Amino acid sequence: MTERIRFYQVGSFAIGNRLLDRERVTVQSQMERTNALDSGHRACQGCGEALAARYVLDAAMRATGNDIVVVNATGCLEVFSSPFPESSWKVPWLHSLFGNAPAVATGVAAALRMQGNVSTRVVAQAGDGGTVDIGFGTLSGMFERNDDVLFVCYDNEAYMNTGVQRSGATPPAARTATTEAIGSEPGNAFGQGKDLPKIAVAHGIPYVATATVADLHDLEAKVTKAMEIRGARYLHVLVPCPLGWGTEAHDTIHVARLACETGLFPVYEAEKGVVTDRTPIRHIRPVEEYLRMQKRYQHLFRGAGRKDIVERIQQIADAQIRQYDLLPEEVIP
Amino acid sequence: MLIEIEGSQAVAEAVAGASPDVVCAYPITPQTHIVEGVGRAVRSGALHAEFINVESEFAALSVLIGASAAGARTYTATASQGLLYMMEAVYNAGGLGLPIVMTLANRAVGAPINIWNDQSDAMAARDAGWIQLFAETNQDAVDLHIQAFRIAEMCSLPVMVCMDGFVLTHAVERIDLPSHEAIAGFLPRIAPRQLLSAGDPITIGAMVGPEAFTEVRFQAHEAMRSARTTIEEVKSEFLRTFGRDAGGLVSPYLMDDAETVVVGMGSILGTVKDVVDRRRERGERIGVLGVTTFRPFPDDALREALAGRKHVIVLERAFATGTGGILTNDIARALFHEDVHLATVVLGLGGRPVHEDGLDGIFVKLQYGKLPDFSFLDLHVDHAGGGTSRQELPVHHRGSPLSRRIAR
Repeated sequence: MTERIRFYQVGSFAIGNRLLDRERVTVQSQMERTNALDSGHRACQGCGEALAARYVLDAAMRATGNDIVVVNATGCLEVFSSPFPESSWKVPWLHSLFGNAPAVATGVAAALRMQGNVSTRVVAQAGDGGTVDIGFGTLSGMFERNDDVLFVCYDNEAYMNTGVQRSGATPPAARTATTEAIGSEPGNAFGQGKDLPKIAVAHGIPYVATATVADLHDLEAKVTKAMEIRGARYLHVLVPCPLGWGTEAHDTIHVARLACETGLFPVYEAEKGVVTDRTPIRHIRPVEEYLRMQKRYQHLFRGAGRKDIVERIQQIADAQIRQYDLLPEEVIP
Repeated sequence: MLIEIEGSQAVAEAVAGASPDVVCAYPITPQTHIVEGVGRAVRSGALHAEFINVESEFAALSVLIGASAAGARTYTATASQGLLYMMEAVYNAGGLGLPIVMTLANRAVGAPINIWNDQSDAMAARDAGWIQLFAETNQDAVDLHIQAFRIAEMCSLPVMVCMDGFVLTHAVERIDLPSHEAIAGFLPRIAPRQLLSAGDPITIGAMVGPEAFTEVRFQAHEAMRSARTTIEEVKSEFLRTFGRDAGGLVSPYLMDDAETVVVGMGSILGTVKDVVDRRRERGERIGVLGVTTFRPFPDDALREALAGRKHVIVLERAFATGTGGILTNDIARALFHEDVHLATVVLGLGGRPVHEDGLDGIFVKLQYGKLPDFSFLDLHVDHAGGGTSRQELPVHHRGSPLSRRIAR
């Protein structure tokens, strides 16, 4: 039996890309990468969504021999990529409305099926508002019918395109333009919001996964796996937004990694209603480290600070670490 | 083939003959029988199509937007609240110029909720960039559906075929139903104007800013205007193929020497024609003009047909609250430079039956110079709260015995 070799760098789980088999090397490092979302678009510096979208679609293209159709909900991604008469999309791309991307994708898949086209695959994408709020009805319908669509949610935890308003994915205590950091319970309320990956799992669809831009290799691998499966698939990607979160553009990857390492954003996979795998946290971090980096939580640390609120957020993280079994594995067995 | 059949089933047969690739709808009265019929055709194998049951009308039309952009021939049906619930997608399909065909089984819009016929739903979508055709009979409904697929694909525009709910959808009539083969022959597949294809990746639905938005809207306007020519061409083609005069922009009846012309849309025209026949027997110079194509509005055809007449009475199964007639407005615009007396009569709201007696009363009023510019047929002021409105609302008191009974 050959020994499993792991490569570690600087205390992270990042694997030395160039040491891997050709098959496992990242899509982005390949000469043939497609740049589905080409340069020249209008995303902000440090945009997590633009980064994730390119990785997701390039991986989907590689998995299908460059044979995909993309449906996009209204939102930042749509606006910054398609200012008529310019377009950054090097894929067939359709934008219809804010709340209907899952249904539009169902329609594209149905048309392809009628044409006897089994090779072209459909990927739909939206932000968290287009997924957990206004698009939730059509998304649940697409899941329930098990339509052959990979739906990707780029979750930046608020309505960034319209100026950072609260969405059903905004975390507790976060300041948004509609949950201002004012009063005794500043920011977004506790005990609200939708855990969409969990809801997707509850639909019993073939594949659900979460990922972040902190581990792009993992993101690519999940897209590749999703494209090997038929039926409804859901990928929930945490994408920090420097504008809405109040983080530095160069901290996008860092803050996404902390979201995982605090336990606030569990990274896992599920198949047919059952959680099958999760990414354990090697170094568990206190939530305070994550919160302090972001201006949307600044009110928790001003003056005397709100240790009570930070503690409530810590409890959420701890509960998720237990629930998803995110404690570190033995590094060397 | 002549058969005795319910309007909805006949339309379902015509749609199945048109062989759509993707059919997607959500249940709402009075449209349900149509979609059930199409669904049965798919299950039985008579129609090879994807029939998708969805969770809302908004999803139904959205599915068709995706399917149409991917090159499929597509069909849906709805009514009333359903149309309003899908309205964002209705405008989107219009703006994108996708050749989707929809049946609208005309029904009143709430509140108050009402499942019966009027045309307020169609009027709510009149500026959405869809071609709107109105069926007078169930034969008309069948023929217009066949034409609708041809018009939609030739113009790359969505088409809404409006048929009065219950009055047509649930009425059993003798209909000449063309065979599926004949319909297929009339509807050759033509290459879509825009297509999502991996071989030729294009961006559809881009963000258009102030520097180009006016131009894009102008193009949409021109596309709709030129659709009027296509609609007339398809009417001629249909006449040659099936031997029936159906579709087109307007439908004149006993117009040659008419001093008074009644204008209307949909099933009301049949009753109107009976009344006009009776009055003609007494030597009255009266005719009827049916508006078959409401969008794009046939200004020229209307002007040509109505200029020089003495009275034009517009019958409307919907109105703009606080404002007045909707069809009347368009006709007034077409007749802007003409000296024609225009009067609007709102009737048949929310399923209120319209009978010959009631209609005849309109002409009696006109005869004695008592027809107001805007009035409601068969309005029972006592039931409308009386009060101030009693003094102000012009009313035709006659009505039919049946409608009097219903109102009581």
